[in-house]
Amino acid sequence: MKASNHLWKERLAGRIAEPLNREIDIFETEIDLRRQGKVDERVFAETRLRRGVYGQRYDNGQRHDGKVARSLEYPTTNPTKGPNTLWDAPGMQRIKIPYGGLDPAQLEVMADLAEEYSDGIAHVTTRQDFQLHFVHMEDTPTLMRRLAAVGITTREACGNSVRNVTACPYSGVCPDEAFDVTPYARALSRFLLGHPDCQNFGRKFKPAFSGCSQHACGLTSMHDLGAIAVTRRENGVEVRGFELYVGGGLGAVPYQAKLFDEFLLPEQLLPTAQAIARVFGRLGEKKNRARARIKFLVHDLGIEKFKALVLEERDRLPRDPRWKQYVDEALAASGEETPTAGDDLSEPGSALPEFQQWLKTNVRPQRQTGFVVATVSLPLGDISSDQLRSLADIARRFTPDGVRTTVEQNIVLRWVRRSDLAQLYQALESALLAQPGASNIVDVVACPGTDTCKLGISSSRGLAAELQRRLADKGAEIDQAIQDLHIKVSGCFNSCGQHHIADLGFYGVSRKVGGFAVPHFQVVLGGQWTQNAASYGLPIVAIPSKNVPEVVSRLGERYVSDRLQGENFQEFVKRTGKLQVRKLLEDLAKVPGYEADRSYFSDWGDPREYSISDIGKGECAGEVVTAVEFDLVAAERQVFEAQVLAEGSNFQKAGETAYGAMLHAAKGLIKLEFLDVADDPDTIIAEFRTRYFDTRKIFDPFAGPKFANYLFAAHRSSGNGHTPESSRRLMEEAQLFIEACHGCFNRMGLTPSAATA
Amino acid sequence: MEIQHVYLKLHLEHSGVVDLEPLIPIFHDWVREQSCEETLVDVADYRHVSAGPGILLVGHEADFSLDWSDNRLGVRYNRKARLKGANHDRFRQALRAVLMTCRRLEEDGRLEGKLGFASRAFEIGVNDRLLAPNNQETYDSLSPEIDSFCDGLFGRKSYSVSHQADPRRRFSVLVQTPRTMDRSGLLKALAP
Repeated sequence: MKASNHLWKERLAGRIAEPLNREIDIFETEIDLRRQGKVDERVFAETRLRRGVYGQRYDNGQRHDGKVARSLEYPTTNPTKGPNTLWDAPGMQRIKIPYGGLDPAQLEVMADLAEEYSDGIAHVTTRQDFQLHFVHMEDTPTLMRRLAAVGITTREACGNSVRNVTACPYSGVCPDEAFDVTPYARALSRFLLGHPDCQNFGRKFKPAFSGCSQHACGLTSMHDLGAIAVTRRENGVEVRGFELYVGGGLGAVPYQAKLFDEFLLPEQLLPTAQAIARVFGRLGEKKNRARARIKFLVHDLGIEKFKALVLEERDRLPRDPRWKQYVDEALAASGEETPTAGDDLSEPGSALPEFQQWLKTNVRPQRQTGFVVATVSLPLGDISSDQLRSLADIARRFTPDGVRTTVEQNIVLRWVRRSDLAQLYQALESALLAQPGASNIVDVVACPGTDTCKLGISSSRGLAAELQRRLADKGAEIDQAIQDLHIKVSGCFNSCGQHHIADLGFYGVSRKVGGFAVPHFQVVLGGQWTQNAASYGLPIVAIPSKNVPEVVSRLGERYVSDRLQGENFQEFVKRTGKLQVRKLLEDLAKVPGYEADRSYFSDWGDPREYSISDIGKGECAGEVVTAVEFDLVAAERQVFEAQVLAEGSNFQKAGETAYGAMLHAAKGLIKLEFLDVADDPDTIIAEFRTRYFDTRKIFDPFAGPKFANYLFAAHRSSGNGHTPESSRRLMEEAQLFIEACHGCFNRMGLTPSAATA
Repeated sequence: MEIQHVYLKLHLEHSGVVDLEPLIPIFHDWVREQSCEETLVDVADYRHVSAGPGILLVGHEADFSLDWSDNRLGVRYNRKARLKGANHDRFRQALRAVLMTCRRLEEDGRLEGKLGFASRAFEIGVNDRLLAPNNQETYDSLSPEIDSFCDGLFGRKSYSVSHQADPRRRFSVLVQTPRTMDRSGLLKALAP
């Protein structure tokens, strides 16, 4: 779409770390191949998802206008970018931000990208990522290059992969933490990124770190892998470790993570995660998407058996120096970033009520005397490009640490000198970023819902905006007990808004009334936000969207009037009983007739008559594409690259690349049986011969061993030079060999179904 | 210098608080009717972002918005797809799209009295930092074309052009006229 796309590649040459550069080049080639119809749409969908290139509502080219579904006429309808997903339809780009950490230069790039490729808004997610919406597929490689030039990758931001490694945003500065988990989150993120053992999952895998067990910031209990920092004394010396949890998750069926290890030593963290990934990849469900998360595997096996399998796997792992190296390097880097201790204890010097209110809700002390953390509240997690640039300036001026995104869709500035707070407030105010109410009832969390998500049932952002408006209008009138409550809204049962762990949670559902669809929200009560999301709420009644603000008012009022001394909201709900609470809300569940009040038949922020016909197949689950399919597609891409090299008369390199493609395909098949096959060609050839040639598995039903023999011949002559003729022949043979590998894989009956979640 | 992805924001003169909510059903209707030359896709409500995009009508070739960026209310056209022709044609197309949007909105009874479209300024820029870096060189290169474009619309020396020189921002200039622009006259002048 952008006229400058080809120029950026030249401009950024040499400024992108090679693995990232190569990865983006590969993706660009895959886009070209898909355009030529040389990659299956399902494989391409998972390929782009693993680069964070996600579908968006209406990308099937259909949009309901309130009366009927109409076609959106895009210029390009072929190829598709996935099943039922039009090439030209705008999509979402998710950008991984490990532990939410960003420096000012990265903020500025994010600002530029939001402006040039999206709609001028960057959105912070509940997993510390950024998302840009309405992005065109063909702009994504350039967008990725510009991110990569400042050290950010979108790789594995979506799809059946290891997603963003999140961590408590107060790590390193929190008074209650055992120790700073940042370096470990960084090391794990680096280690698992693109790791071969993480390419064969049936669903996504989300890790999280927390520095303590009592606060909510890390939400480890609801993660596939959760690590909580703990220490113990051994022989008078403090030793670091992790309470490690596995198998947590929200979604339609929330599971609390199970304790895997009470005290996992830091040097065991990476190999244990690798072993967990291997067990999940090997035994996790692949066909039934609704049961493919690791929480089901842990549940079905039981934590003890799961643990035994993982430990057995860990013992078998080939020793990897990166287990220690990555942690050591991250620890060293972390030490460099730590500012010297603060010595300024003076109080912030402004008595303005707005400042005092902001101080009360948005500023918290650090472990380090004289320093504080200031939270920038982002309404619905949104921030404009101009604000991002201002924030970069503010970060440069007030903190040596950059910023961190939070799971409450905000941004925090750490290492702010307490004495700078009045000036910081002024700077934030100038940038229109000094909104008070961080992490309280006004700070409503919401997933994208029907605004942009294909799975959205009700307008979570519309409702959240309405609740924010009403609560902000009440401002200081709101009782303190209510101010501390958390509201979280999801557009559907999949829980991206984390409604299970809010005091007041809502998720979108639809009901038919008098033959018309009416947007509703289930009211979810009893969830616990603190102690890393220690318990989940349960739905008690579905309420039409337009009555939900009244639900919040009523429950709030009843809580203020009836609560016992020191009783928190969960305790109040438990004591009152779900039946009584339901009774309190029952009249709100009624919907007036269509003719009596049509406002109920459209959603917040969307005047179209409500319909659920825009709901599509979600891409959260990705496409089930096995690792071997990826390897075979990668091998084909290499053959294509060989052709490009030959076109440029680089026949030697073309021949070598074609041979490399054959090895890649052979290795993909070998990995079905033997994950740890080495990279050297002799080993690959020997393993392939034993496992596929001697067993005749690779034999073509008609051509027999012919195509496998191409591989062996190519290996024998691999040291020779290549002429135009020999490289051309090798490219043809490579393609035929890859076809034979596809055929072999298909005959083995391992192609998973692409069943929906 | 050849540019693409022109954006143009017509500054609206207004006083007091402006409620953009009535724009939402109007833009939804436009999507239903596909009432612009561009393929219209969706409506996004960003009123909660201070000095943000306001209400956005998302299109395939371009986005339209009632926008609050820089704390100035305006009608913005943001070209995403490439456009054939010369730079001059791209400026004309963007201004025409904005003025047509204003006219259509003004004619919609739902906005009556809530929003005025009088204007004495517009910002015209390039939404591509590589094609048009925001520096003196770009300004020197594009200035003759911008002047020629404005001469044709307003007559020589009856407007002013100032360059918004912040290097972090996209290249843009602010064109100001001493009197309220004559929208009908401009549309006539810009007619294809």
